[in-house]
Amino acid sequence: MSVSALSDPAVDPSRGCKRGEGPAPEVFALDGEAVPFEPGQTILQAALAAGRHIPHLCYHPEFRPHGSCKLCTVKVNGWHATSCTTPARAGLAVESETQELNDERRMLVQLLFVEGNHFCPSCEKSGDCKLQAVAYDLGMTSPRFDPFFPDRPVDASHPDILLDFNRCILCELCVRASAEVDGKSVLALGGRGLGKHLEVNSPTGLLRDSTATVDDKAMTVCPVGAILPKRRGFAIPIGRRRYDLKPLHLQAQEHAPRTPEPTP
Amino acid sequence: MSELSLEPSGVADCVDAAVAYWGSDSTRLLQVLREVQERYNHVPPAALEHVARRLCVPISRVRGVAAFYDFLATEPLGLYHVLFSDDVVDRMHGSAALLDRMCHRLWVEPGKPSEDGLVCVERASFLGFCDQAPSLLVNQRPITRLDEARVDLVCECILARRPLAEWPAELFVVEETVRRAGPLLGDTLVPGAALRAALERCVASPTGTQAVLEEIKRANLLGRGGAGYTTGLKWESCRRQSTTPRVVVCNADEGEPGTFKDRLLLTRYADLVFEGMTVAALGIEAKLGFLYLRGEYRYLLDGLRETLDCRRRAGLLGPSICGRDGFDFDIEIHVGAGSYVCGEASALVESLEGNRGIPRNRPPRLAEKGYLGLPTIVNNVETYCAAAQILEHGVERFRALGTAKSSGTKLLSVSGDCARPGIYEYPFGVTVREVLADCGAGRTIAVQCGGPSGRCLDQDEFDRRIAFEDIETGGALIVFDDGRDMFEVARHFSHFFADESCGFCTPCRVGTSLLARLMDKISDGRGSEHDLQTIEQLARLLHGASHCGLGESAGKPLLDTLQRFRPTYARRLVAHGVEPAFDLDGALARARRVTGRDDPGAHLLGETA
Repeated sequence: MSVSALSDPAVDPSRGCKRGEGPAPEVFALDGEAVPFEPGQTILQAALAAGRHIPHLCYHPEFRPHGSCKLCTVKVNGWHATSCTTPARAGLAVESETQELNDERRMLVQLLFVEGNHFCPSCEKSGDCKLQAVAYDLGMTSPRFDPFFPDRPVDASHPDILLDFNRCILCELCVRASAEVDGKSVLALGGRGLGKHLEVNSPTGLLRDSTATVDDKAMTVCPVGAILPKRRGFAIPIGRRRYDLKPLHLQAQEHAPRTPEPTP
Repeated sequence: MSELSLEPSGVADCVDAAVAYWGSDSTRLLQVLREVQERYNHVPPAALEHVARRLCVPISRVRGVAAFYDFLATEPLGLYHVLFSDDVVDRMHGSAALLDRMCHRLWVEPGKPSEDGLVCVERASFLGFCDQAPSLLVNQRPITRLDEARVDLVCECILARRPLAEWPAELFVVEETVRRAGPLLGDTLVPGAALRAALERCVASPTGTQAVLEEIKRANLLGRGGAGYTTGLKWESCRRQSTTPRVVVCNADEGEPGTFKDRLLLTRYADLVFEGMTVAALGIEAKLGFLYLRGEYRYLLDGLRETLDCRRRAGLLGPSICGRDGFDFDIEIHVGAGSYVCGEASALVESLEGNRGIPRNRPPRLAEKGYLGLPTIVNNVETYCAAAQILEHGVERFRALGTAKSSGTKLLSVSGDCARPGIYEYPFGVTVREVLADCGAGRTIAVQCGGPSGRCLDQDEFDRRIAFEDIETGGALIVFDDGRDMFEVARHFSHFFADESCGFCTPCRVGTSLLARLMDKISDGRGSEHDLQTIEQLARLLHGASHCGLGESAGKPLLDTLQRFRPTYARRLVAHGVEPAFDLDGALARARRVTGRDDPGAHLLGETA
């Protein structure tokens, strides 16, 4: 990851806070328990740093949060707020693990399932897929709504990478990775509403004709099976994959911000 | 209109000409694409590539922007592009039948360009002429007060391939009907008068230009767009920023269906609008000004630019305004391209920067980091008019009208089932009932205040007041009489939000479409009580979890009408529990069409066509 690619080099995006030691951190309350935070951290960043899980999909510790999936929605002093983009402040009362919020989150995941074409049993990402894992976490048992069955042709033009837009949840992690880390801007977003889609930056619009390579950050960051390296699909068999072994909510902090150094 | 030419060299020349006017900065992307669209009625692939080269932006961004805005097409639409206004008021006045008539005459399907490249007839969310509905745009020029004869005349002109300049001029007359004038609409501004009064105050005050802000704050001017934020505080927090230059933006993206007051102000009171912007620039010491004009009002652009030129010549814009050293400010007009969400202030700023109109995260607020990261104020057209008048005529006159918390007057755009649609200026505090009486509404069952994103009032609520302490509204009042079906109104609004969602956040992108589909399902006679519960849950999710006001509001018309007009929903329901949306017999319709059969054997048992 390249810090220099970010606009404010003083901010360490892996922690979402200014570097260096400050005074003892202030705290806010998350479901009644104190969570410390450092200036510049958002609620989600501080929660993850403290080992507290809030469901999320479009947040990634290496990128600037942008708050589009809305799974991390919490209630702050009684009002809905997106925890990945809302700055932490001392004394806030944040609710997260409530029936109401988890019901809303489950519905959001169901919306994502019916929007795209997600068929877990036939998907090579199964077991490694964050959408699937968060659905299990939230106790989703069916997509509930009538599926949209969108017509989204795949782009298999690249020799090493498959773009399967059917599974894209439009979290923009690849877009941000390509711009902020790879410095290539291979991918962009186009269109509006349900027509929103990934655009490949090449004259033909095909990935083959772009500057993408399989080890780009953008090509490895996809939380679902929309961007896949070719010829590696079942190298790890289903049943032994990341979320097969341990549910998402028990390992979120492993790829979350590092825990701040304990203050002496 | 000139004959279309799609020679690649022509396309490159067209792009180059647009870049010569707008400059090659990437913030000009939308404006350049719009100019190309105007020339060819679409943006050819060669133009997209040439624009990417000239503005040094990735082709993916150019394509992404072109796909975001309704008025940019990447496939040819034809010599004539006709857009029928598809808002609820135009529908109430029969736009659907007129669109069918036109499509029949021209032998085209809505949304599909004719094969001879002559014409494409489409629907647009809302054009802004509800007081003279039904209406359409043909190659961006409005034709209002449509009836069968006028539609036939338009068809004749199109079929004869007559250039627009040779069409009967009467077709293009847009009436501006002021039904009730108050201090704002009664004003006859001498250009510069408000500005000079403001400058006098600044000279007399020890705080200098801060005096402008003090006056606006003392007047308790609240934003006229509907949200009602205190204008003086917004300006002050912008002025406090040390970054320069600061930016004054006028939001003339009047997209809320049912609203057309800004059209009047921009047509007849343009000087007052620009004067207000310039007063604001004096108050926050800004150098850059933008007016973001909605694409539907493109026909006003030339007149507005002329007004700007007059003001420059009079020393009211440009360097050293009114001879005051250091008071340098100018205004540029950007034209939108068909996107309701761009009326949201931060999405509007994104659009000004040449991007897709996606609302931003806050913080930071625009006053801190707005256009290109500069401190920026964005205000409604009417707000700037009021600001100019406060400085010219004084705070006392302004505060003399209105209520304790809502000073001054409000322009209301009244349309729908009433004898006298048009613009009404009332002091804040007027009741809905008074407005209904004045506009000649009878047998009214509901009023939609503030458009689809506002609220629906029924008969028991007509004594409520238009004011920030009661019903805050951007000013659209749509009247429905007892011949209207409020379920159909709500269903129409659900499609409006689904069409206009920017797609950034999950709840709005998917939830608005699900709401529209559920309303269609009920309309098709396949709804159940369970669907109503689902609608309520989705509406609440949208309200709580959406990224911006569009998603927050999208479920409101459904909740409002469910609460007030539940029987219109209930009588359509066929079951209590879960009812499938899938229509098994309907799925065979295509097979029947292909085989030319419609006999009982071509239907599922017990069902008929």
